[in-house]
Amino acid sequence: MKLLKHGAWAQDTFTPVADDAALPRFQKDREALLERNTPLGVRLQSHENPELLGDDVNRLSLVALEFPKFRDGRAFSWARLLRTRLGFTGEIRAVGDFLYDQINYQRRVGFDAWEVPDRFTLEDFQRALTEMTNVYQPSTDGRKTIRELRAGI
Amino acid sequence: MNAPFPAPVAPNMYRYDEFDARFVSERVEQFAGQVARRLKGELTEDQFKPLRLMNGLYLQLHAYMLRVAVPYGTLSSKQIRKLAHIARTYDKGFGHFTTRQNLQFNWIKLVDVPAILRELAEVEMHCIQTSGNCVRNVTADQFAGATPEEIEDPRPLAEIIRQWSSLHPEFVFLARKFKIAVGATPHDRAALQFHDMAVEVVRNAEGRTGYKVLAGGGMGRTPYIAHVMSEFVEREDILAYLEAVLRVYNQDSRRDNIHKQRIKILINAIGPEEMRRRVDREFQELKRMGTLQLPREELDRITAYFAPPAFETGLPDTLPEAGPDFANWTRTNVHPHRAPGYAIATITLKTIGQVPGDCSAEQLDVIADIMDEFSLGEVRVTHEQNLVLPHVRKKDLPAIFAKLQELDFAAPNAGLITDIIACPGLDYCDLANARSIPVAQAIARKFADLDRQHEIGELKIKISGCINACGHHHAGHIGILGVDKKGVEFYQLLLGGSGAEDASIGEIMGPGFGEHDIADAVERVVGVYLAQRRPEERFLDTYRRIGMAPFKQAAFQKEAA
Repeated sequence: MKLLKHGAWAQDTFTPVADDAALPRFQKDREALLERNTPLGVRLQSHENPELLGDDVNRLSLVALEFPKFRDGRAFSWARLLRTRLGFTGEIRAVGDFLYDQINYQRRVGFDAWEVPDRFTLEDFQRALTEMTNVYQPSTDGRKTIRELRAGI
Repeated sequence: MNAPFPAPVAPNMYRYDEFDARFVSERVEQFAGQVARRLKGELTEDQFKPLRLMNGLYLQLHAYMLRVAVPYGTLSSKQIRKLAHIARTYDKGFGHFTTRQNLQFNWIKLVDVPAILRELAEVEMHCIQTSGNCVRNVTADQFAGATPEEIEDPRPLAEIIRQWSSLHPEFVFLARKFKIAVGATPHDRAALQFHDMAVEVVRNAEGRTGYKVLAGGGMGRTPYIAHVMSEFVEREDILAYLEAVLRVYNQDSRRDNIHKQRIKILINAIGPEEMRRRVDREFQELKRMGTLQLPREELDRITAYFAPPAFETGLPDTLPEAGPDFANWTRTNVHPHRAPGYAIATITLKTIGQVPGDCSAEQLDVIADIMDEFSLGEVRVTHEQNLVLPHVRKKDLPAIFAKLQELDFAAPNAGLITDIIACPGLDYCDLANARSIPVAQAIARKFADLDRQHEIGELKIKISGCINACGHHHAGHIGILGVDKKGVEFYQLLLGGSGAEDASIGEIMGPGFGEHDIADAVERVVGVYLAQRRPEERFLDTYRRIGMAPFKQAAFQKEAA
């Protein structure tokens, strides 16, 4: 696996803890973890609403959202919620089982980093984002919608 | 090649601008790329399946099936001719109109799909989201823009919903499919209460027009009538409201059991009150953000596409005399129109013995000619698998009827017992347990006598070949459900369902009937109605008054068979 961040390959500066239950662990040790004053990330499973992080969310540098199966689309709403209601400006990383064909949607709702297989290329990434030029609906990417383009906004 | 006569008429319906055209053609190439990756083995079937479903492509028993979106059931003659061409070129010469106002081709080759999509794009059509776990093609009242009953034409809103829901990044991998219908009349022809979400155009106490929103209806193995989410949503808020419902659904629906992942299950698990509370929280936030507010100018701009055509004035407003067959046809298949001198004419694709909803390429071509000559170039598909000519001059009705007779589509049975909804069933479908089409044909033949059909009056029979309920059996006055009992096809009877404004879920009668007995059982049930009905009572009314017992008793009197 390798990490793609803001459209380029990036070094993963986070060390995953050997623990499937990242959220419960964070909730239990939050004070000690936050006191460390080093960048901190939490990996959420697809059934875990980021609101469960409470006000701590904006003290995190990374929220990794897991796709246990590419058909499970809950993380699309979680990313959007992080970027809107929770005002999260850190890294939102897609991890787990997702397809090339979902990357554009992920980017639209607020993901900005992807853990991808080694064979995946930057050309693949660019192509995934440019297959569809325009969009009909607003999302967190702030792109102008077709309605706005029509109205010359 | 037939010379188009008369020249194709462009009806008042939505027309793609450069943005729509580009969107659809890029989507075609995107899907062509997915097909190529599948053919090269870069995508497994497991990975390809949701991608192809999102573009209307199913793998059925014998071949791929491609489902073409007919947004809110409206088609132009140009589009009908293209569908005829595709049926001839890539299929076995037939198309099949579905209960969601779409058209599907049952004999498609995977390699041909990109070419078919390119052909569809030429006439502003596509297969986007006609299947899969996403927001499906939006349906609407087939009489929209023509009936005098409506508050306003619901199709502009349906078109706005279509655009907003097309490749919505948050909602293309929902827990399950999500079907939206739109209506604007007290008499519900779009089965609003059986949809995942439905919007009804309403007027509030101050006389302002807005939208009532329902959610959580559905058929399938667990039928539910929808709950009201909001009695009145202001026009400019409607997309924010619909998005709020979808967001709660996407976040909170179960994902652990495919049979419990529709929004109806969520709403009935947490209760409609709690659902409204969660929706309202999202709605208030979306409204504050403002990005989904629908400006009045945009609604007006879309509405202008659907402007009423320039109806002729001074036309005779009486139905012409043209013999008893014509009179019978007008009795059931002709409905009042908003403009004097005009009528709405239903073409039932239910001639006795035919496959409900099937239409050959040749028939489609003739229908396109009829549309151009008599109906301002427009036709509608109904969820009852019929077609509707929305704007015809009353004085032209005899000529239309004569042409339909030549096509064998002049069955005077709209709303009668032989106007049967049936899913494709085991003849085509991979999921089915039993055949539906032969049962529909057998019942239609049994009640072929027109005087008897009129004597029986309004009676809606709906047949599904499995519990997924594509044939709407829960909503049939008489519903029939095909089941498989140890390798033998069996048919359960349900009574008392309705998909109209008086929506109800049919009650199961008990053990099923064999393939050769089901039509007779239906006849015995109808016999009870005829014997017990009071004046003006429909079958449904009598059933609601007297209950299941007498019908059940008669149905199982085998000696009558």
